[in-house]
Amino acid sequence: MDKTDELNELRRIIGLHKRWDFLFMITGIIALMIAILTFIALFAQMLIDGMPRLSWDFFTSFPSRRPESAGILSAWVGTTLVMLVTAATAVPLGVGAGVYLEEYAPKNIFTEILEINVTNLAGVPSIIYGLLALGLFVYQLGLGQSILSAGLALALLILPVVIVATREAIRSIPVAIREGAYALGATKWQTVYDHLLPYSSAGILTGIIIGLARAIGETAPIITIGALTFIAFLPPSPITEGFPYISFEWLTAPFTVMPIQMFNWVSRPEEAFQLNAAAAGLVLVVMTLTMNGLAIYLRYRMRKNIKW
Amino acid sequence: MSDKLDKNKNYAGRLGYSYRRNLRERLIESVLFLSAALSVVIMLSIVVMLVKESFVFFQHVSLWDFLTDTQWTPLFDDAHYGILPLVAGTVVSSTVALLVALPLGTIIAIYLSEFAPFSVREIAKPFLELLGGIPTVVYGYFALLFVTPLLQMIFPTLPGFSLLSAGLVMGIMIIPYVSSMTEDAMRAVPMHLREGSYAMGATRFQTAIRVVMPAAFSGIAAAYILGISRAVGETMVVAIAAGMQPNLTWNPMEPAATITAYIVQVSLGDLPHGSIGYQTIFAAGLTLLLMTLVFNIIGHVLRKRYREIY
Repeated sequence: MDKTDELNELRRIIGLHKRWDFLFMITGIIALMIAILTFIALFAQMLIDGMPRLSWDFFTSFPSRRPESAGILSAWVGTTLVMLVTAATAVPLGVGAGVYLEEYAPKNIFTEILEINVTNLAGVPSIIYGLLALGLFVYQLGLGQSILSAGLALALLILPVVIVATREAIRSIPVAIREGAYALGATKWQTVYDHLLPYSSAGILTGIIIGLARAIGETAPIITIGALTFIAFLPPSPITEGFPYISFEWLTAPFTVMPIQMFNWVSRPEEAFQLNAAAAGLVLVVMTLTMNGLAIYLRYRMRKNIKW
Repeated sequence: MSDKLDKNKNYAGRLGYSYRRNLRERLIESVLFLSAALSVVIMLSIVVMLVKESFVFFQHVSLWDFLTDTQWTPLFDDAHYGILPLVAGTVVSSTVALLVALPLGTIIAIYLSEFAPFSVREIAKPFLELLGGIPTVVYGYFALLFVTPLLQMIFPTLPGFSLLSAGLVMGIMIIPYVSSMTEDAMRAVPMHLREGSYAMGATRFQTAIRVVMPAAFSGIAAAYILGISRAVGETMVVAIAAGMQPNLTWNPMEPAATITAYIVQVSLGDLPHGSIGYQTIFAAGLTLLLMTLVFNIIGHVLRKRYREIY
């Protein structure tokens, strides 16, 4: 075999392997397309079924036996109130835990247990949190099947998300910032409060939004608590006429939330109710997509703007 | 210089040891520590709660019956407490889901990390993330009202509720989790390994399969394990699209209940606190927790054993 033959043989082999490269690239694009097409089909299906039902009345009416006049008023009010409880609980606890693990925790076995535990909590199925809430909040602590129980259950569920986001955001701040603060005589807390938290706020906010978006769509834990699916009244208003103008009675009120309302309509055999489910699903998807989109945008801006 | 210092007579007091300042620091540290320690409390209370209620349950029903009886009818007069049908439903639906999610997720990850141009990656990654953020109840609706009718065109005998359509949709739902974690693991492999491979004349595909994937094995294993525990613990898709009738079958074309779907079904009804029906959902929950725990431990071991450090 002379030199040109050898070269041609090599070329042939490389060409053969490059064909595999090309084939795989096509496969990759097809796989990506399957995911994208599913999303489009899902959105289109809901848009076609649900769009005609979406009107002002749909947002301002209670659920009803007659599908044409049923609406999601009690559901979106319930979702809003539950999210208030969830955010008020998960944000301080999650950020506090994240700050502790990243800045304060000594290197010992207990810290290691804490870290492994947070990872494990993130892997616990959401319905298990529902069982915990049913046993602990609803019966043991006697909070009942209330907005408070549901909000706390979802707060526990998204706690790992907030903790991990806080840790990552704080970790990305260079050590020089801390050293600078300490050199000026700042205490640890002054360093954290005046420097680390403000600089990592965008990252923490991203984590909080993603966590809350997940909580809005969670159905299983709330069903497990025993939320009613048919609620034709609103919880008591948080603002009252007389003194002291603020009431916390709504915390103990029975409630329903968006995903439960949707689940209830989906599981009915009549087609008219399934159209309602599509409309409720559309509202729900737009809510979570907006929140997730906001988080992605925040992260994108952060990556562009911050250069240490 | 010394004149200036003398004017500020109080400087030693301000910079020196301050009792109040120290106390505040300690106080804040303990508050932060408590919020971190709460995660351990949560984990412990999950275990205690499930074990406590299951303990009462197992005084009624022997563990042997629980594991070997082939019927699960706790709410009927002729009550049977065999977890097997629920476990079978969970295994079948998860298997279908993983057959979709693991290959597709891996292919997407390899494509995005090794092949795709920068602009495609910048668009595809956030898009996949959005897909992962859609509520599961919406996926359930999609499985029941879009995928099942579609599958019925191909398999006319498919019933209205089936593990197959629930599993397929669950698989697509899990793709973003698998692909984003796998891709992160692959991109963490240092560039010089790839450059070495290219220098030897390997193509992109060869490099991806024989160099990058083995190097990222521990991360990819973690991604797969996460996908598995997601599939096992997924609730709403199976509750809506697979029916809620316990049915001991390994055939994905049949309707059946999973462990999670059973818990939902019981919770929808009005069960008195402390009844045997109430305890069954905790026993089912404990089974589910143990299943996911086993996978988490396997994942932990794999990560430890195969971790590559560069």
